[in-house]
Amino acid sequence: MPTEWFLALRFLREGRSQTALIITGVGVGVGVIVFLTALISGLQANLIAQTLGSQAHIVVRPPEEVARPQLDPAPAAGLTVLSRVERRPQRVRSIVRWQQELRAVSQLPGVVAVAPVVSGPAFATRGTASRAVLVRGSDLDQLEPILPVRRRLVAGHAPPVGAEALVGAQLATDLGLGVGDRVRLGLDADSGEVFTVVGVFDLGNKDVNGRWVLVPLRAAQTLHGVVGGATEIEVAVSQVFDAEAIAERVTAETGLVAESWMERNAQLLVGLRSQSSSSLMIQVFVILAVVMGIASVLIVSVVQRSREIGILRAMGTSRARVLRVFLIQGGIVGGVGAVLGSALGGALAKFFETLARNADGSPTFPVQLDAALFLRTAALAVLIGIVAAALPARRAARLDPAVAIRHD
Amino acid sequence: MTDAAPLLRLEGVIKDYGEEVVTRVLHGVDLTVTRGEFVALEGRSGSGKSTLLNILGLLDRATAGEVWLDGSRVSDLDDAGLTELRARSLGFIFQFHHLINALSAVENVMMPLAARAGRVKRDMRARALAALADVGLADRADESPRRLSGGQQQRVAIARALVADPPLILADEPTGNLDSTTADEVFALLRRATRDKGVAVLMVTHDMDLARRCDRVVELLDGRIVDH
Ligand SMILES: Nc1ncnc2c1ncn2[C@@H]1O[C@H](COP(=O)(O)OP(=O)(O)O)[C@@H](O)[C@H]1O
Ligand SMILES: [Mg+2]
Repeated sequence: MPTEWFLALRFLREGRSQTALIITGVGVGVGVIVFLTALISGLQANLIAQTLGSQAHIVVRPPEEVARPQLDPAPAAGLTVLSRVERRPQRVRSIVRWQQELRAVSQLPGVVAVAPVVSGPAFATRGTASRAVLVRGSDLDQLEPILPVRRRLVAGHAPPVGAEALVGAQLATDLGLGVGDRVRLGLDADSGEVFTVVGVFDLGNKDVNGRWVLVPLRAAQTLHGVVGGATEIEVAVSQVFDAEAIAERVTAETGLVAESWMERNAQLLVGLRSQSSSSLMIQVFVILAVVMGIASVLIVSVVQRSREIGILRAMGTSRARVLRVFLIQGGIVGGVGAVLGSALGGALAKFFETLARNADGSPTFPVQLDAALFLRTAALAVLIGIVAAALPARRAARLDPAVAIRHD
Repeated sequence: MTDAAPLLRLEGVIKDYGEEVVTRVLHGVDLTVTRGEFVALEGRSGSGKSTLLNILGLLDRATAGEVWLDGSRVSDLDDAGLTELRARSLGFIFQFHHLINALSAVENVMMPLAARAGRVKRDMRARALAALADVGLADRADESPRRLSGGQQQRVAIARALVADPPLILADEPTGNLDSTTADEVFALLRRATRDKGVAVLMVTHDMDLARRCDRVVELLDGRIVDH
């Protein structure tokens, strides 16, 4: 065993109560960090998963139609033309040459799935009841990696074919629809085609559940008057937080409008970010407290041991080795504290999870505990220990042995 | 280096303390110690004996003058070089034993070996136990220094100074804190080491009786060495 390890272990053993004290301190600090991180990342992952359960990572649409004023571009001198250009009402329009654009988008790095969708407003009527809805046509198999509708069916089956439709759970309630019932879908409340409801879905979003009607692509094309077209390309990416960058890339390369989930949920992201940064602040203060705790205990230990350090130096122990004796003590305290703290924080997080449960039995506060979190925290704790020991260790190494061993 | 060359040689060693008000403690010390020699160093309290020993022990540097130890000129060495020379050539015994309380008696004795090798090895314990047996403490090997008497602690310190077979042992009033019977025992151990192992000892002492039993007595007087 290297001499510095031997001495570090013996010093820690001799100062048992001090050692136990700082290890406890580190353990509590690490426990707080593990617990907080597990809770916050669990909550955030849950929120994001919920958000992404009912929307594609990126939706690509045709560029907005711009109204062009029919005016003489150069009016006669002295003539002032007052004009007000009104935006044209946006119709349901297909993406020009969508197959080509779809292929281009699918080849961008980070994109894992693409699907054409025809989507537009319509009315769903059953008897005298009528609701404004969004009729979306797509191949559900192709859409599944982007929007997992098939896994979210609460009744019936999918995919719908021909004149069949899936309706959101809330809409089904509103219109009194069940599997096998008929509903009329049209651009106004008085006309349209009759569809048979073959399934009811719940995508976990109130608005979507109350408004969406899913039909085969062809049926939607006919309804919205875009035969052979696609009004949207929906995209899934491998890293959800890359969506914004990839959306920008889509716009740059195709000239189409690409909107990422991050843009649509800017509010949520701001919330998540401020939550993350306040958690980071807490962690920084916890780390500072731990560093100061370790450092002050080690400083006291260096002062108490200055005579012994002098003897070690007199016996031919180098400055560098004395330095390492104390750095190692810091590292060991950090490492052992990390193991205790990880166990503490993990147990606390698991316990917290059992405190509150949703109606379906899933935890209200899901926590995210993984090996990476423990490893990262352990590495951090060892590093903190060594950094905290740096000052005391330097002091020990710089001790003048002649002064340290003088006996008066 | 042949045995005829002196183990330790000092030429005109001067030591000043203080920056603004300079106090000269050593005024040009000349001293030679040969291998296996037992030298007693006398002097009034405050005459600079510990200062001189610190310089010889490479724990402090002279303000001027030269020190040769075991073939090296000390002024040529940097801090790492001094540490190495200390580990190779010197053993220390202090008045107040100065054992490390975090270590057991035998671990204390192992430290010079561990300092020299950079690691603690199995055979070091055996060597340390043998050194402890030489001073009659084989049965207290795993005891904490706190549980040993003053005389026992000083014997552990002697074992520690001898274990790595350094050519020179510096002892600063090693018996100053012991009763006369124990002091005699400790002195006898050092005396035996010079005879059996050829170790040289430079021992600071106020005990005239012990000094007379050394090979040579020198006195530090007015910052210079006077031979008796
Ligand atoms: N580090 C120091 N700084 C200033 N003066 C010192 C220092 N060490 C020793 N001295 C002074 O040097 C003189 C000799 O001290 P010392 O070597 O301890 O004497 P001795 O060991 O012979 O009693 C004393 O006057 C002491 O006060
Ligand atoms: Mg003295």
